[in-house]
Amino acid sequence: MSHSTASVITLNINGEKHTLPVDHRTTLLDALRERLDLTGTKKGCDQGQCGACTVLLDGRRAVSCLQLAVAAEGREVTTIEGIADGDQLHPVQQAFLDLDGYQCGYCTPGQVCSAIAMIEEHAAGWPSAVTADVRPQAEAAPLTAEEIRERMSGNLCRCGAYVSIVRAIAEAARPGVPRPPSPSGELGHLAGSEETEGVA
Amino acid sequence: MTTMTGPTPVTGAVGTAHTRIEGLDKVTGAARYAGDVPYAELAHGWLVLSTIARGRIRSVEADPVLAMPGVLAVLHHGNAPRVNADYTGLLGRPDPTVAVFQHDRVPFAGWPVALVVAETSEQAREAAEALVVHYDEEPHDVAFFAGHPGTYTPEGNPRMQAEAGKGDLEAELTASAVVVDAEYTTPQEHHNPLEPHAAMARWDSGRLEVIDSNQGSTWVAEELANLFSLDPSSVRVRAEHVGGAFGSKGVRPHQVLAVMATTVLHRPVRVVLTRRQLFSLVGYRSPTAQRVRLGADPDGRLRALDHQALNLTSKVHEFVETSAGLGRVMYDADAHHTVNRVVALDVPTPTWMRAPGAAPGSFALECALDELAEKCGVDPIALRARNEPDAGPVSGLPFSSRNVLACFQEGARRFGWADRDPRPGQRRDGRWLIGTGTAAATHPSGVAPSTASVTAEPDGTFTVRITAADVGTGARTALTLIAAEALEVEPERVRVRIADSDFGQAMVAGGSMGTRSWAWAVTSAVRELRELLVLGDGIPPEGITARSNTAEAVGALPMRERHAFGAQFAEVGVDVVTGEVRVRRMLGIFAAGRIVNPLTARSQLVGGMVWGLSMALHEEAARDQASGALVGADLAGYHFAANADVPLIEADWVDDPDDEDPVGGIKGIGEVSIVGVAAAIANAVWHATGVRHRHLPIRPDRVLLAGTATA
Amino acid sequence: MREFGYQRVFDVPGAVTLGADPEARYLGGGTNLVDLMKSGVERPGLLIDVRELPLDRIVPTEGGGLRIGATATNSDLAAHPEVRRRYPALAQAVLAGASGQLRNMATVGGNLLQRTRCAYFTEPAQPCNKRTPGSGCAAVNGEHRNHAILGASEHCVAVHPSDMGVALTAFDAVVTYETADGPGELPLAEFYLPVGDTPHLETALPSGALITGITLPPAPVAANSRYRKVRERASYAFAIGSIAAALDTRDGVVREVRLAFGAVASRPWRARAAERALTGAPATAESFAAAADAELAAAKALPHNGYKVTLLRNLVVAVLTELTEEAAR
Repeated sequence: MSHSTASVITLNINGEKHTLPVDHRTTLLDALRERLDLTGTKKGCDQGQCGACTVLLDGRRAVSCLQLAVAAEGREVTTIEGIADGDQLHPVQQAFLDLDGYQCGYCTPGQVCSAIAMIEEHAAGWPSAVTADVRPQAEAAPLTAEEIRERMSGNLCRCGAYVSIVRAIAEAARPGVPRPPSPSGELGHLAGSEETEGVA
Repeated sequence: MTTMTGPTPVTGAVGTAHTRIEGLDKVTGAARYAGDVPYAELAHGWLVLSTIARGRIRSVEADPVLAMPGVLAVLHHGNAPRVNADYTGLLGRPDPTVAVFQHDRVPFAGWPVALVVAETSEQAREAAEALVVHYDEEPHDVAFFAGHPGTYTPEGNPRMQAEAGKGDLEAELTASAVVVDAEYTTPQEHHNPLEPHAAMARWDSGRLEVIDSNQGSTWVAEELANLFSLDPSSVRVRAEHVGGAFGSKGVRPHQVLAVMATTVLHRPVRVVLTRRQLFSLVGYRSPTAQRVRLGADPDGRLRALDHQALNLTSKVHEFVETSAGLGRVMYDADAHHTVNRVVALDVPTPTWMRAPGAAPGSFALECALDELAEKCGVDPIALRARNEPDAGPVSGLPFSSRNVLACFQEGARRFGWADRDPRPGQRRDGRWLIGTGTAAATHPSGVAPSTASVTAEPDGTFTVRITAADVGTGARTALTLIAAEALEVEPERVRVRIADSDFGQAMVAGGSMGTRSWAWAVTSAVRELRELLVLGDGIPPEGITARSNTAEAVGALPMRERHAFGAQFAEVGVDVVTGEVRVRRMLGIFAAGRIVNPLTARSQLVGGMVWGLSMALHEEAARDQASGALVGADLAGYHFAANADVPLIEADWVDDPDDEDPVGGIKGIGEVSIVGVAAAIANAVWHATGVRHRHLPIRPDRVLLAGTATA
Repeated sequence: MREFGYQRVFDVPGAVTLGADPEARYLGGGTNLVDLMKSGVERPGLLIDVRELPLDRIVPTEGGGLRIGATATNSDLAAHPEVRRRYPALAQAVLAGASGQLRNMATVGGNLLQRTRCAYFTEPAQPCNKRTPGSGCAAVNGEHRNHAILGASEHCVAVHPSDMGVALTAFDAVVTYETADGPGELPLAEFYLPVGDTPHLETALPSGALITGITLPPAPVAANSRYRKVRERASYAFAIGSIAAALDTRDGVVREVRLAFGAVASRPWRARAAERALTGAPATAESFAAAADAELAAAKALPHNGYKVTLLRNLVVAVLTELTEEAAR
């Protein structure tokens, strides 16, 4: 059986639509970097093993190196270029800048995107591997340094800037720091109760 | 008359925390690294590596691949442009691995055998994967172990003799009341900067332009000029942002391949190494096998120090990991013997990796010191104080400054060392056995000739041009502060441009020598400029520029033992159920001269300590003996510390003045902070469990099998 | 990576019709498949994107079980309140796997079908019977510190990498699937084939079958359960040994116990010998250790992975002791 190996697709990136032909082999990462000149998203391993290519897909963090571009059609993609509001940095970006949450900067776009989504995941009540009791709790456990470390472990930093990264994220996630709404505010629903009602 | 400043001169830029100049670009994704710069008509090269460890290439079946969609060229030893690797560059003779495609011999697994160039990276990748290469395979030897029959003592070099000694070692060991005789090993470790090596090359109006990721753009430009027999002025290399380097980013096959391909195809070509390819093409830290013998009086005073280190190198190039060099700086003894030996195998050539020699060497020596402290019943810090030398133990030269004991004192105070029960296996926190450990750190503080220019602009700003590299160190920011202080202006009025070989020769970002070397050139140029400005009466549109070259001044620097020092402290938990070791806290106190930018300096020091943690517990490449190739050569198989492995780590410094220093007492800080960390952690694991772990990394299986000595 | 066709499907019949093509693969999150395509291990001619199939729901069933759709992501599974309440070890197992990004992408169905991370398997230049039948197993005499101690053969000593699957195995999960000929189901215990001399044949799924979901039968014992994973760094690494355990005791005696091991075999390993030894036995460290020994008596260690026997024994004792103490609270 022979199949077409390329398609014309429309990608929704940072609120803008881009229509382009793609080889099916093209990953979202390569489409961003090589086709759309959105090179803020970095390629560290191309194997899902470092997190440098993290973007938000429908508001959730994902590695763009394992996401085929053709399969991203119809989804909302947010890259590091779409995080700041004009000249107004997102609080996570500002904290990375102020608290030196990086060194070479190559993992930074991925760290920033990942942190923004991670804060949302925590706020939605998602547990992590270091959450003492994963059973649903009346009150969400605080976003401790230990929680941030575990939840951010999918973003490797070879310069060893983790201590400052954790400090920056804790600062940006502090209650009272105004954060823009996430690109897609669905997490509460995803963690939530709709499917569980009326059956058990 | 033109003045430098407004009404009052501004000083104090150096020593004041400043966020990174390029920070905004880094947090918004605007910073362009080597693989990020777009070019029209860009073609993509994908490298094919040998799958055999030794032999000859019989044939490269290029024709079927050339017929594949988008494929533009297949370069290999049968058709590639010739290069000349017979020269001596800034840092010695080139590793022949960069002289790609010049013959049919394969000296190791992962040797470059072909480059496929195509219109898109997807096409290049598939074609490279499809390329059939036939080999005549020969038996290989990749086994590294102490006592390998091929072991030899290398010639040594001006910076490091292979072997040094004084006194009668065996006699002093015999006369010693306490003797430690232990063997240590460290595994093969890889730099793995998060940004893989990438280069774009093109010919532009008769000049070769290379956009690269490197530690020194003039260095790479000179190497490329040598390799391709070009006039050095016709090569321009730039590396505006570099995503980590750690010793791996010099001239490497990717730049050479990009130049070859653009020369053949007459269009821009980018070659990006894959993560897996990095493991055989950009160097690595050799595994080491080390034996340390210490003989001491009952109170711990050293009578004998013997450190014998072995590393491997390739059969095409010699690299010596100078692990035994540390004792020549740290400790004196009546009899003192240190030697670095090498064995050549059918493997890629190792290279400098963050604190070469000192990182693995300190693991052995500083663990042995801890073992000696235990045997003597002396506190490990007191033992070091007892053996503090007045002058270089081997050289006899005075130290320019040496404040290692001040580091220990400050560190002990802040870490709570005085409350430590020296007995092992005494503390428990739930499932964790708890222990603490310490070790000393040191790294040479060298300097090398560099040039710089500083321009006074008509608008009252200043532009510094120097071929420095900011590989994440904060060099761009540090040089801004240094220039601002020398100019006595606010840092906001200084623009520092770096990483462009057209700016002229400068030291590479390496060996903890970058900032010190560049600072000297920048401050010298500023001094020149200030003299010009005093004479002049107004600034023309093109500005007024002064240039410096520190070659003569560097040559005139008096001979001293110049080093940074430090004291490392670690607390670990060891889970005896699973064998997992977790570092709970670390503190490093350093005597590293004058700290230029406390914000970025702290990041760099902590980063080095994270490297040490990672070295102690995680990092290790595995070579398959049957195939001679690495297995698990990716970031899932080669672990370095993830965020969850790294606790709160603090780094700080003590005063470390050197009033005689022409560079104002600035020392490098990139490497001293990894030194001693693995030893401090291993010593803490002993303190937790009562078992000495002399082989890195301290993995769960090793801890499980070793058990505990006191439970 | 070779060129391939791509087809997004919106209903199950459409998916399995396309799935009859032997060159086709179903694409879920792609976290394993796309990676293997890049390294040349997988070379499909057609990808059938199943992410938009209506199979992403997680629905509690009567009596306290769960029905998990195949395209639910790992994140959805771990975050779901009823998963966390009824099968905490399952939520913990999922959270112990990969990273936040990968869990957001990876699907439950794909997790079961992920391939081994044996480094010889993922490197096409190396011999590997699983990837290239008959080429040999380089791991048996090579780098095998993280290879199998149970159920392996001389032909393959690779381990299954899933964390999720270990908990699912402990809780008697049943896999449901659809083919062009209709639906079917397989208990997870029968889902993975023995290694024998055919390590390339990994599951009992019929050719072209699409996993549509997983059913977890009610298991009150699972409310007191735990997953513990050991690895060579604290996070974002595959297990070198793991355990899913659930325990119900009364008056100091084990009424019911569930035990499964990860990273010790070509499949998630249900420790039935240990369960048998423990049922009715006193809930003490001694009987936990004896039960572990009963299971691990069959272990065959290679020169560099013998520590796993010690590790699993320790894990059984430690985790069951913790569960005993918690149940007593």
